[in-house]
Amino acid sequence: MGNIVEIEGVNKIYGTNHVVKDLNLTVEEGEFLTLLGSSGCGKTTTLRMIAGFEEPTTGSIKVEGESIEEKEPFERNVNTVFQSYALFPHKTIYDNIAYGLKMKKVPKNEIKERVTEMMSLVQLEGFEKRYPSQLSGGQKQRVAIARALINRPRVLLLDEPLGALDLKLRKQMQLELKRLQKKLNITFIYVTHDQEEALTMSDRIAIMHDGVLDQLGTPTEIYESPATKFVATFIGETNIFDGTVSFVQDDQVQVMIENGFISGKGTNFKFGEYMTVSVRPEKMKYSDAPVDGFGITAVVKDYVYVGSVIKCIVSLPNGNELKIERLAGQKLPEIGSHIYPYWNIEDAVLIHSKENSIFEALDSIVLA
Amino acid sequence: MEKKHSSHQFRSNTLPALVMVGPVALLLVLLVAVPLVYVAVMSFCTTDEYYNVVFKFSLANYGKLLSPDYIKIYGQSILIAFITTLLCILIAYPFSYIIARTKSKRKQLFYMLVIIPFWTNSLIRVYGWRTFLGTNGWLNNALQALHITTEPLDFLYNQGTTVLGMVYCLIPFMILPLYTAIEKLDGSLLEASSDLGAKPVKTFFEVILPLTASGIFSGSIMVFIPCLGYFFVSNILGGGNSDVIGNLIERQFKSGNNWPLGAALSIILILVTLLLVKIYKKLGGDMDSLGV
Repeated sequence: MGNIVEIEGVNKIYGTNHVVKDLNLTVEEGEFLTLLGSSGCGKTTTLRMIAGFEEPTTGSIKVEGESIEEKEPFERNVNTVFQSYALFPHKTIYDNIAYGLKMKKVPKNEIKERVTEMMSLVQLEGFEKRYPSQLSGGQKQRVAIARALINRPRVLLLDEPLGALDLKLRKQMQLELKRLQKKLNITFIYVTHDQEEALTMSDRIAIMHDGVLDQLGTPTEIYESPATKFVATFIGETNIFDGTVSFVQDDQVQVMIENGFISGKGTNFKFGEYMTVSVRPEKMKYSDAPVDGFGITAVVKDYVYVGSVIKCIVSLPNGNELKIERLAGQKLPEIGSHIYPYWNIEDAVLIHSKENSIFEALDSIVLA
Repeated sequence: MEKKHSSHQFRSNTLPALVMVGPVALLLVLLVAVPLVYVAVMSFCTTDEYYNVVFKFSLANYGKLLSPDYIKIYGQSILIAFITTLLCILIAYPFSYIIARTKSKRKQLFYMLVIIPFWTNSLIRVYGWRTFLGTNGWLNNALQALHITTEPLDFLYNQGTTVLGMVYCLIPFMILPLYTAIEKLDGSLLEASSDLGAKPVKTFFEVILPLTASGIFSGSIMVFIPCLGYFFVSNILGGGNSDVIGNLIERQFKSGNNWPLGAALSIILILVTLLLVKIYKKLGGDMDSLGV
């Protein structure tokens, strides 16, 4: 499997607004890649640049090894499923789906064959003569997908295609899309702001934040070892500690935080460096006596029952709250009691901070 | 008891419907309905030898309307209206498309450029054209000063200048509905069309044109109908064979002094208008976009 889309050093600037910053991203043939991020992070702009609706300010985009900057959208071998579906309201479902083939001047009988095949693939048999306005949201979505897929694109671009559907339908369509993608073996580049959707469907996830690609990896990699503080907080629930490296021995790192110190495992951390520690609620533990490597205490504030697990909310002396997850049925400390939170040091994710170190901060003060 | 009280309160807080609607209704009756009925009645009357209207039922006026001379003018009038409408579409469409789809801040300015001429009386604007195109007009003077021509050219007083004047007067009525229709067009449909492999020309005929046809349609109605009646344009700019139905009506009421015949012609024009609007509605046209 080779690379089907290569994005190299792409920047997109609107006036003074730097929307996509020095983006490098390669998409492998046949994979389901999700561009994930909150609104305004540049994910849709990236998709639109691949489709050809926007031009990169600098950098290059290659599809199948071929530079496509000079190509108009109608010359590119990629198709898009739009967020608003963008079905032609004056054309029947049949004509909507047949549109791409008609533009390519495919013989009429072949069009008919392929449209029929495509309609059965997305389970829309019998809707040929209807108009988009007569369809439900989910049905329109299927038409939009069929209309794009019938062209057998090398890459299908999907811009929040399930955004307008209700939760139940969305879950169902997620599975269907994944099934279609595997069956047709087409590369999907999928844009969403829904982290759960991204985790469920993707082979790889590219997390974008403020125009920057923060991390590219499989859902497990992204969840288990987030590369930035943003990724850690954006994907799933987590407890975040900001601090300074106070002690390093081999791969063991001790971090000084506002209310004490904590420990984790990581390489390339230097004494005095600013950093962030992220620990998932299900990895958190607690004890009624101090634990080696940890110097924090907390007060139990509340319990929240979430089906099979119980979330224990504890608060640190500075008021920050931590979440500790426990399986239901386990014995729990009383509300108001003092506990010593800790974790297995390999369960903490240590993240380098963008600010460098306390020494550099001091340097800059002294030099000034 | 309770109910009576509340209805009393309601009445004391609002003016009676009659007071609010009454004056307008009265004006409409006096200035629109009564004259219309009067015209309709008159169209069935005759005149005596001094051209006074004689209230005696007759279908003679309607009979005269079928004379070949008149039929020739109906045809000519329809031809002028048709060419005017066609030219308006061809000129207004690209213009409206550009101002409706531009992201520029000058959008409002362009839109105002269409509206501003409305603030001047159209009669004066049409006279302006005569000053511009006349044998001693600006255009001829300029051409001669530049030694492009040696003698003044006859631009005025033909069917062409009539059409020019009509297009000039009526083009805003084409631009406004087109602008509305084009502005409503969802940009993602154009992107979808291009994405699916359609070249710009294909996108125009497959997506843009069908989805803005309603604007062309409303605009055509609003240009075609007044064009049949704008007698002053052909009076000022037109020559021998540029009369429209409006000229016939005007002549019967003024120089011809045959009011019943003029009335009959007016009734025919009203009927043609109603028929066109009826067809427009039948084909799915929206009355709101006519501003009616």
